[in-house]
Amino acid sequence: MTHSAMDAAARATPPNIARRIRGLSDRTIAWLFVAPTIFLLLAINIFPLIWTVYLSFTNYRANRPNKAVEWVGFENYQNILTDDGIWANMQATAHFLFWTIVFQVLIGFTLAWLINKKFKGNDLWTTLIVLPMMLSPAVVGNFWTFLYQPQIGLFNYAVEFLTGTPASSFEMLGTTTLAPWAIVIVDTWMWTPFVMLICLAGLRSIPDYIYEAAEVDRASKWRQFWTITIPMVLPFLMLAVLFRGIENFKMFDLVVQLTGGGPGSVTELASINLKREAFEKWRTGYSSAYAIILFVTVFGLASIYVKALNKVKER
Amino acid sequence: MTNFLSGLLRLRRGPWENLASVLIGLGVLMLMQPFVLWAFTYSFIVTLIGTVMFIITSHFPE
Repeated sequence: MTHSAMDAAARATPPNIARRIRGLSDRTIAWLFVAPTIFLLLAINIFPLIWTVYLSFTNYRANRPNKAVEWVGFENYQNILTDDGIWANMQATAHFLFWTIVFQVLIGFTLAWLINKKFKGNDLWTTLIVLPMMLSPAVVGNFWTFLYQPQIGLFNYAVEFLTGTPASSFEMLGTTTLAPWAIVIVDTWMWTPFVMLICLAGLRSIPDYIYEAAEVDRASKWRQFWTITIPMVLPFLMLAVLFRGIENFKMFDLVVQLTGGGPGSVTELASINLKREAFEKWRTGYSSAYAIILFVTVFGLASIYVKALNKVKER
Repeated sequence: MTNFLSGLLRLRRGPWENLASVLIGLGVLMLMQPFVLWAFTYSFIVTLIGTVMFIITSHFPE
């Protein structure tokens, strides 16, 4: 809008409205702008959270909306926290969470370290490496089920080529000992590029003159790595772990596509079990309590992690 | 140790946050360990106390 048009609009505003607008303080105007966001936040985040807390103390079932809702106190929490099956799901989640993060950080950092070296075609390599994370988890889950096929799967043949174990002698997705590792491998394959990108950003943020000063002081490459590279990349690395940790704690789609929680329930992660309780058994109150337990765990972990991250950044 | 205890007594943020962090970590370990069911049973209450304590103590003075 030009100045003359704005002047014309201002002149056209009726005097009583103009007086009212002029009377608004900066603070009120700021609140007016922020109010829609706050309203959306309350409606979409805070209200459902409070409602879930309420439902977790009831026997409400979403498929029986007309049934009277009874207050059951802490019964849902008690049932969940004494259930052997859910305990096993938590262990499966812990296994998945721990190993995916370990592998992704180690491989991601190594790849970032290599890509950061200036060599011909490193842009092309970066693009190729980040391809898996651009794919849909449903697609990744589907084609890895083919790769894991004992008769035709490339993965089994690669293992045979490297170790001599016959390809048809093992089934990654059908064996209780191998299936938890199968989902770890796929998640690592898909999300290592993400960790690599974050580490790469950290490595590229280190100014060259620090290394040059270390060279002048005759610091070995090993010492430079431990006293310059690692401390300066650490905040980035911690961010990557935070993102992957939260994401993998609620991992659902990829694992459902790959194993559906099986064989038995060895790959049934907490989120898969939660979905079954909520939308297959329709125990809404029970599953709300389950969700609250997971939420408090992730929230608590994220809080201490953010605190640690801030400490590292202050250094 | 003495600093830590005096920090707790004088309601300082650092030691209280550390205590809350330990409780949260302990709660998560109890939730995911494969050894004893009673630890799993009490894991949530430990994590919850730690988390609430963390939220409150993060408003304490430095």
